[in-house]
Amino acid sequence: MKLRHLLLGTAMAAALAGPGLAQEEQLDPNAKPGGSIVITYKDDVATLDPAIGYDWQNWSMIKSVFDGLMDYAPGTTELRPGLAESYEISDDLLTYTFKLRPGVKFHNGREMTAEDVKYSLERVLTPATQSPGAGFFGSIKGADKMADGSATTLEGLTVVDPQTVRFELSRPDATFLHVLALNFASVVPKEAVEAAGGDFGHQPVGTGAYKLGEWLPGQRVVFQKNPDYWRAGLPYLDQITFEIGQEPVVALLRLQNGEVDVPGDGIPPAKFQEVISDPDQAARVVEGGQLHTGYITMNVTQPPFDKVEVRRAVNMAINKDRVVQMINNRAVPANQPLPPSMPGYSQGYAGYPHDVEGAKKLLAEAGYPDGFTTELYAMNTDPNPRIAQAIQQDLKAIGINAEIRALAQANVIEAGGAGNAPMVWSGGMGWIADFPDPSNFYGPILGCDGAGEGGWNWSKYCNEELDAAAQAADAMAKPEEAEARLQAWSAVFEGVMEDAPWAPVFNEQRFTMKSPRMGGADALYTDPVSIPINYDYVYVTDVQ
Amino acid sequence: MWAYLLRRLVQAVLILLGVSFITFLLLYVLPADPVRQIAGRSATPQVVESIRRELGLDQPFLVQYWNYLTGLVQGDLGRSYLQKADVAGLIASRLPATLQLMALAIVFELIIGLGMGIAAALWRGRAVDSVLMMTSFAAVSAPQFVVGLLLLYLFAVQLGWFPISGYGTFSHAVLPALTLAVTGSGWYARMMRSSMIDVLHTDYLRTARAKGLSRGRIVLRHAVPNAILPIIAMIGIDVGIFMGGAVVVESVFGWPGIGQLAWQAIQRVDIPIIMGVTVVSAVAIVLGNLLADMIAPFVDPRIKLR
Repeated sequence: MKLRHLLLGTAMAAALAGPGLAQEEQLDPNAKPGGSIVITYKDDVATLDPAIGYDWQNWSMIKSVFDGLMDYAPGTTELRPGLAESYEISDDLLTYTFKLRPGVKFHNGREMTAEDVKYSLERVLTPATQSPGAGFFGSIKGADKMADGSATTLEGLTVVDPQTVRFELSRPDATFLHVLALNFASVVPKEAVEAAGGDFGHQPVGTGAYKLGEWLPGQRVVFQKNPDYWRAGLPYLDQITFEIGQEPVVALLRLQNGEVDVPGDGIPPAKFQEVISDPDQAARVVEGGQLHTGYITMNVTQPPFDKVEVRRAVNMAINKDRVVQMINNRAVPANQPLPPSMPGYSQGYAGYPHDVEGAKKLLAEAGYPDGFTTELYAMNTDPNPRIAQAIQQDLKAIGINAEIRALAQANVIEAGGAGNAPMVWSGGMGWIADFPDPSNFYGPILGCDGAGEGGWNWSKYCNEELDAAAQAADAMAKPEEAEARLQAWSAVFEGVMEDAPWAPVFNEQRFTMKSPRMGGADALYTDPVSIPINYDYVYVTDVQ
Repeated sequence: MWAYLLRRLVQAVLILLGVSFITFLLLYVLPADPVRQIAGRSATPQVVESIRRELGLDQPFLVQYWNYLTGLVQGDLGRSYLQKADVAGLIASRLPATLQLMALAIVFELIIGLGMGIAAALWRGRAVDSVLMMTSFAAVSAPQFVVGLLLLYLFAVQLGWFPISGYGTFSHAVLPALTLAVTGSGWYARMMRSSMIDVLHTDYLRTARAKGLSRGRIVLRHAVPNAILPIIAMIGIDVGIFMGGAVVVESVFGWPGIGQLAWQAIQRVDIPIIMGVTVVSAVAIVLGNLLADMIAPFVDPRIKLR
């Protein structure tokens, strides 16, 4: 028997959200097509090459120019087929066969075929491409051979016919469909990549809802509606202009003047209170969760943080409510690594209480009755130094003297990766999930894989038992195991908290501000995978 | 003359070599790994090593520098780590905006600086003189990002005379060019003042006054043209000051020039862009200084090139 999911959500989505039936695109009855919007950013867009782009700014832009086999329902973490029309998973969970949607055209007019899927994935895995995403595809058979250069084609990816591709995996991988929804798995046309002569990132050609209209470096990037987009009726907007080089404060002023529709960098911290206390402006702010956690890492390989009592004491010393207040309640206190909007979050888990006396007692038990002196690394942009100071005060209260090392982002990452930093406040570099699955919150930042030199596991924490449990959870790829898998992940993260290599502090909330004419459900403005907004589904209400 | 030029060119090459070596060395010892910036957070160690190898960053320092130099002499500034595009092209696309800004800044600093200097010299020792010289001192010492933000707040936000930021029309350029011009205008005011005072005390001006020429005519026709000459030769040196200032000013005003490019590259450790902008700026500064020295003898025949 084969497990067939004809236009169904995935295994996991089906288990979580109930089965999504095969359906045509649900169009918003209130949406009128047409119009254009202006979005501002401070920094220039680095690249729109889906194999390369890996910052939160270009991530959602790339999503609107390109498509992959899998995708997410707008405003949700629910997987759905994208360029794939349907897919089958074999009983042993090792073979995925995708039927492609017929008649999908690239922006250059050519029809997309299975060969393009193969080309695109092989391009990402070829070392010369220097794709940061190559590591995500490790479960495909032969991906390791491409990575070390001993193969130039991907063994586990077969073009069955022009409309069918088959993936063979070397191990069951419950996250595989999420991986295929990553930008790195976007389908690109070979001829356009080659014609761009190494600069595909500035001359992108995809199958997405928008095509690149104009790009003036440092000034603006203009997206034009793709009239042949395969999702009929979408996108609603004719044009999106991304204006570059705009300070967040300037963007807010221009929004108030009606010149800007969405400030891409968000509401500047200094203006947040002013905006929120003005009912007129506050009404145009959409708040939502995001897949983010801010945490303090403690280097478990060095004294005094090699003692679990000390790490637990730190967890108990931090007054998270006060930190959250300091940043104008733009976050919620956290008690575990996973953010509340992530599947697998432990609802009932209590975490460590804020208990100064208890923390002192733990320190004494660990042999530090008088505390000790250590270093706390933090990024040097507001509000992180202020948060670091609050943490410093809390630690002082239990006798720990933490000297703050406020550095540029790259230097903090270096210190954390090299294992030189006893403590790191993750703000500004906090983990935001690549895809909405608990597995992504473990491997690189808490697992043994990330604990090596230069890895993002700045605690250098490696619990092999938990690593094995994590691997076992990710092998649970059968749809009926989805719920059990999430429970297994909850247990892994509770196990992590038992060892306390982190002190989770808060989960940032997202606050997206929009102009009065912007239309569409609120969820589109806090889309967990498209930050700041889902460009394909929003519309303006003032078109005739 | 030719021997002088040749010597200066040799010097220029040595300076550029020095600048490129020191910058390359500083970026190499920087405690921030560019590969980690490219590879991002989820990259496996294998991906990190593969990117390092592809970029040649696993080579020893001197090999890396040598590779960079051999590219450089062939006009190849390398490829941006994060934008994956040729640095020469990226700089070329940004250079016109920076040059426009500089040209306007030169006009502004001459008008403001010379005006202040002339007025101060004419009313030497009076209150006007002290006020102007205090102002010029403040202008020379004021940090550009402070000046920029003050101008932005006053003229764009409060008064609304100019757009807050952006690029495209003349009015977009006024505030950033003014910010860039402030430091230079302070220097020019002080130099013009002393130059004017020298000229005003020369015999031929005394003769002109004795002849009964009007004060306006003496100042405009005889004093200013002679006093201004040594200052014109200084404009070449401004290029260097502007190159440094552009990084700050362009970031404050969202001006799409090479300063903004450099600033963003610094934040992401995009070494080829940082190197490229440094080398291009160094070339501009060396050429600007050379130009200043070449013009000097034409302006003032007492100066000889040796």
